Amino acid sequence: MKQERIRNFSIIAHIDHGKSTLADRILEVTDTVTGREMRAQVLDTMELERERGITIKAQAVRVTWKGHELNLIDTPGHVDFTYEVSRSLQACEGALLVVDAAQGIEAQTVANAYLAIENDLEIVPVVNKIDLPSADADGAAAEIAELIGDTPEHVLRISAKTGEGIEDVLDAIVERISPPAGDPAAPARALIFDSSYDQYRGVVAFVRVVDGSFSARKPLRAMAQGTRFESEEVGFLSPTMQAAEALGAGEVGYVITGLKDVSRLRVGDTLTSERNPASEPLPGYKDVKPMVFAGLFPTDSDEYPALRDALERLKLNDGSLFYEPETSQALGFGFRCGFLGLLHMEIVRERLEREFDLDLIVTAPNVAYRVLTKAGEELEVHNPSEMPREVERVEEPYIKASIIVPKDHVGPVMELNTERRGRFDHMEYLSEERVLLVYELPLAEIVLDYYDQLKSRTRGYASFDYDVVGFREGNLERVDVLIAGEPVDALSLIVHRDGAYARGRMLVDRLREEIPRQFFDVAVQAAIGSRVIARETIKAKRKDVLAKCYGGDISRKRKLLERQKAGKKRMKQVGAVEVPQEAFLAVLNLDGNKK
Amino acid sequence: MSGGVRHLYVHLPFCASRCGYCDFVTVVGLQGQHGAYVTALLAELELEGGVLAAPLESVFLGGGTPTLTAPGELERLLHALPPAEEITVEANPETVTPELAALLRECGVTRVSLGAQSFQPRLLEVLERRARPDDVRRAFWTLRGAGLDNLSLDLIYGIPEQSPCDLDADLDEALALKPEHLSCYELEAKPGTRFTHAHGAELARQAEAMESYFERVVARLTESGYRWYETANFCRSPSLADRRDLRSRHNLAYWRGRDYLGLGIGAVSTIEGQRWRTTPRLARYLAALAAGEQPERELEALPAPVQQSERVLLGLRLDEPLLLDGLDDAVDAEALERLERLGLVERAAGGTLALTERGRFLGGGVTAELLA
Repeated sequence: MKQERIRNFSIIAHIDHGKSTLADRILEVTDTVTGREMRAQVLDTMELERERGITIKAQAVRVTWKGHELNLIDTPGHVDFTYEVSRSLQACEGALLVVDAAQGIEAQTVANAYLAIENDLEIVPVVNKIDLPSADADGAAAEIAELIGDTPEHVLRISAKTGEGIEDVLDAIVERISPPAGDPAAPARALIFDSSYDQYRGVVAFVRVVDGSFSARKPLRAMAQGTRFESEEVGFLSPTMQAAEALGAGEVGYVITGLKDVSRLRVGDTLTSERNPASEPLPGYKDVKPMVFAGLFPTDSDEYPALRDALERLKLNDGSLFYEPETSQALGFGFRCGFLGLLHMEIVRERLEREFDLDLIVTAPNVAYRVLTKAGEELEVHNPSEMPREVERVEEPYIKASIIVPKDHVGPVMELNTERRGRFDHMEYLSEERVLLVYELPLAEIVLDYYDQLKSRTRGYASFDYDVVGFREGNLERVDVLIAGEPVDALSLIVHRDGAYARGRMLVDRLREEIPRQFFDVAVQAAIGSRVIARETIKAKRKDVLAKCYGGDISRKRKLLERQKAGKKRMKQVGAVEVPQEAFLAVLNLDGNKK
Repeated sequence: MSGGVRHLYVHLPFCASRCGYCDFVTVVGLQGQHGAYVTALLAELELEGGVLAAPLESVFLGGGTPTLTAPGELERLLHALPPAEEITVEANPETVTPELAALLRECGVTRVSLGAQSFQPRLLEVLERRARPDDVRRAFWTLRGAGLDNLSLDLIYGIPEQSPCDLDADLDEALALKPEHLSCYELEAKPGTRFTHAHGAELARQAEAMESYFERVVARLTESGYRWYETANFCRSPSLADRRDLRSRHNLAYWRGRDYLGLGIGAVSTIEGQRWRTTPRLARYLAALAAGEQPERELEALPAPVQQSERVLLGLRLDEPLLLDGLDDAVDAEALERLERLGLVERAAGGTLALTERGRFLGGGVTAELLA
């Protein structure tokens, strides 16, 4: 296909604003799939994606419309995957910006629209769901036009559900979005915007060819990582894999690499020919690092090997998942896992529990810290219990948060952000009713329950998105918990100095509620170094007997003791103290509602 | 009778009304059935009695309210039972008359266990007991007057609306009677019962006070010269009782893991590693025995490890040391050491194990931890 007849585009939208339905309808209208083959939301292949309505892995589908080759590059739709979104956008020349006619613009819409503008994409604004009784197509069109500096008349009005306006969308793609630039005669360069692992064929890279062309059985190289391999096959998705002779400049498709490890081919890297390599990689490659960490432990220690195997298998398809073995004296053997963000963590946990049938204890999440020790050594700390006692400086990740709320809820949101050490950046009115607030916040302040708090303080109206903006020095303390004098690694946390006493107090109070009375007094302490900042005593039990026991009661009493015994086995032993597993989750709900 | 079983339990289920907290097998009303029931008991004795030794060490008539049984029928039963060194009958205070006391004495009863429960009128009402405090005292002196010299009182604590003062008053009243024996139980309200439903919140409050009640009971009774010989049982120390051992021999047999035969509906027997419970249904019981057949029973085999666990859990209820010989597999050695370090159990020469004073207050939890 000639380059001028190719159009590469993405769809960007907030969750539930109809991106997947629009994609389905495009496949249908262009006869890429027949009605019979049509499965609702063809592009989201993972069970979990369909259920949660989130697209986790981006894919690319080729359709034909009025003599043009249109490549739809699906983008992940959530904050944790901003980098992946930006790579997908870089592979395009234009984007459909879809907004729900009833909901209007959401924080994610804004973040992704800015991302698209930064990538010099032609934006085709679309108001979807105009069939809804509560639709305010004019209002939504005005917001979207205001956001991208367009006129409301230029905004397409469609219903992906009924199919109304889909052909206009396809026409607009052809008319408004430019064909790809790029030099077909130059040394081959392609941007990797996604990859996945196929059990039989190894790692499959999804690429946008920029210059030159790619074909099968050619030695190739990923320029940033230096990974070398031979292409086994090239082709495109329509919507299933179709092998092709070659992928030319401007085209989108896949390369089967035969590699066995998805982490050797990172999103954002540039593929080139080994024989006639390009001199410069494409710009923008970033080594994305996990920012949120948590310990994953099997509830039943016998399941440790099963957990290890499951993580290995997830990692095949998820290059950004990080894990390493962790031993906790309280929770036994498990893994410290690193995630791009909270949703990523939630998805991994759910997949482990659902697809691998594992029963897990997930410790309170924490962020990555950069530490300069007194000895001048630089460390990255992923686990509060590993934070050195003597530090010169600690840096924590900061985010830029965009929050959109109805104007009546601005007060409570500002209050929340102040409590969470937020720094106000700016505020703008998106419409008369809705306000965009931009704050900088430490990531640590949002990993626990920020989103829940935001939702509850705005009665569910706030939408929220964030982007990590870098590391900054913080006045941070490591708070340890001691039970009967024994430090409990799984309960350590790192908090801002100003909040350390309050946190320590809450933690100790919660533990006193969660830990049953024992045969002896148990001191529960929170300490910074050797300084105890909060203490409670769980008084020893004074009575634990079965009232009466005669000839007719013996079997029943025996069974009662057996049950009591089994209950004790489920507890974790910290020194001589039996601690129920729930207690380890106490740190998760420090600010939450008490029982 | 030529067997080796030396302890016999006989269940007399009849009650005038059912107390809210009770979970025993009882039958309310049906006065007309007393004769048929005693006839059935004697038929069952005929069928099963082969296992009994002669003479028996103990016979225990429990209920229900054994003393509610029609006097003629009670007499017929007592005369027909094999002789024993200790024969105990449970009695409810309101049923005790001079005639009944004389009948018990004449029929060879050596011990009466009187269900006093409390001396506070409003607490007796909460428990749905028919007796008033005066009935308890009158019953006690009536039995004493008939020459019964081994009397036990049952007390319950942790009753809804009971205060620490109420408990002290109950203990004062009980001690004033100078009974040979006292059984003090915490109120056990079974979930889902009418009683629990009616008193839920108050029961929760009492549960919190229970540990200080238990300490109070033990302290008061031991100060007054009673031996705390089992978790919930106390008897006058021999030095204050003409050197008599006033422990309940029948109940000691349970706690020492001896075999026993139980007769009557819902009665449990444990003999040579087999335990069974006779049907609790009166009509079926009567019909089977009228036809000369064994009534239905629920069987439970007790394999050696279970028997050993029971030896530990029962034996540790007593103040006498438990001989560990043959029980090694039932005891978790690591837990034993841990509990010893905590001062809750003690090992003594001769391979015995005993709970310390503090350990006895925590006996249930300690046993749960100790059992392998």
